[in-house]
Amino acid sequence: MRYVDEFRDAQTARAVAAEIAALCEPGRRYSFMEVCGGHTHTIYKHGLEDHLPETIRLVHGPGCPVCVIPMGRVDDAIAIARHPDVILTSFGDMLRIPGGTGSFLDAKAEGADIRMVYSPLDALKIAKNNPDRRVVFMAIGFETTAPSTAMTVLRAAADGIDNFSVFCNHVTIIPALKAILDSPDLRLDGFLGPGHVSTVIGCRPYEFIPRDHHKPLVTAGFEPLDILASVLMLMQQLDEGRAEVENQYSRVVPWDGNPRALQVISQVMELRPHFEWRGLGFISSSALQIRPDFAAFDAERIFAIPGVRVADPKACQCGEVLKGVLRPWECKVFGTACTPETPIGTCMVSSEGACAAYYNFGRFRREHVRELTLTDAAGTAVPL
Amino acid sequence: MCLGIPGEILEIRQDEPDLARVDVAGVRRMVNIGLLDGEGLAPGDWILIHVGFALSRIDEVEARAAMDFLQSIGQAYDDELRALYESTNT
Repeated sequence: MRYVDEFRDAQTARAVAAEIAALCEPGRRYSFMEVCGGHTHTIYKHGLEDHLPETIRLVHGPGCPVCVIPMGRVDDAIAIARHPDVILTSFGDMLRIPGGTGSFLDAKAEGADIRMVYSPLDALKIAKNNPDRRVVFMAIGFETTAPSTAMTVLRAAADGIDNFSVFCNHVTIIPALKAILDSPDLRLDGFLGPGHVSTVIGCRPYEFIPRDHHKPLVTAGFEPLDILASVLMLMQQLDEGRAEVENQYSRVVPWDGNPRALQVISQVMELRPHFEWRGLGFISSSALQIRPDFAAFDAERIFAIPGVRVADPKACQCGEVLKGVLRPWECKVFGTACTPETPIGTCMVSSEGACAAYYNFGRFRREHVRELTLTDAAGTAVPL
Repeated sequence: MCLGIPGEILEIRQDEPDLARVDVAGVRRMVNIGLLDGEGLAPGDWILIHVGFALSRIDEVEARAAMDFLQSIGQAYDDELRALYESTNT
């Protein structure tokens, strides 16, 4: 079975969309939340909401770990970087995220040694090559990247590296989903589960959603037909009165996740009592910190950080966008004061942010009347 | 950062079984495969790579689909790929 051809098949897309439409109860509206930057990209790029009945809404939730970092934590990292002997290393998407007094790039322009790395292993290598400097890795991401940070700490410990530490800002997806479900702002009928986070945590952690909230979750792949198929599976569950976790992305996501990855996370890290999420406020047990056993690699123990809470700019409505209460274009400053060139908030700066995705892909579709298209196996655009 | 890039294993280091030489979109890089150490990976196997680590094993068909998806993302993928190429972990 040639997946690529099958998933490009516009006829299949039409059939799936028709099945979805047939399951819509008259007079009822449906809202499904997705929490994965990759899903947001596919949805906006292919205009998937236009392939669905108008009564079905796809809402983007807090799936961008860069977007949820509060401005105060960016300031903390910059404070660490301002030590003359420190080299702060970070993934590229963090570089332009605004803190209270500027971004990493701004701090770099003012003389702080801040370097982009692709992998925490690169940061470790910089530490090995610069024994007279202290190298700090700005660790961000959900459970997708936490194992890599943990493995790097284990490597540093095994190699006896004493000038490397991690400023740990890893967050966990389940508490964010719980906070969304407990929020009075929003009524959701189900979830599209994140793709790559699930390769690490598997599907079991989502079981509290059907169990405690009677809502279905389907772990979805990234192709347009994956998402349409997942929406169909959600609609079928609702139609049959079921609420379960299902795995549409089983060709990549194992039901039990990656045991080794989970093991290294728990060996090196532990849950913080609480952590502030931009837009969602303080959430218990939602973020990771380095365990006392590895204190020598914990930047928060090595450096005094200001730890000041910085309120978001008044005009910024990232919080509501992150919770799915507002759509990107409903934010007052979207496309005007806040654009990718002049971002006010993180949803626009991060390549995974809902606003950036919508700005780059979705905006033109809404402004013009257009044909709904997918591409067929030959790559030709086919109207739906 | 959260983009999983598919790669094909070319060779696994005998002296460091956590490390594999991997072909990622035409460029050869060392990738840490320690998170998949129970899987019995061998040359010719395809893996999904995040920030220098193999997170899961995939088949060649899925690898091609993943590449197509990444190319459709455009800038974010170009950035991630460039970061991978410039990564010092050769």
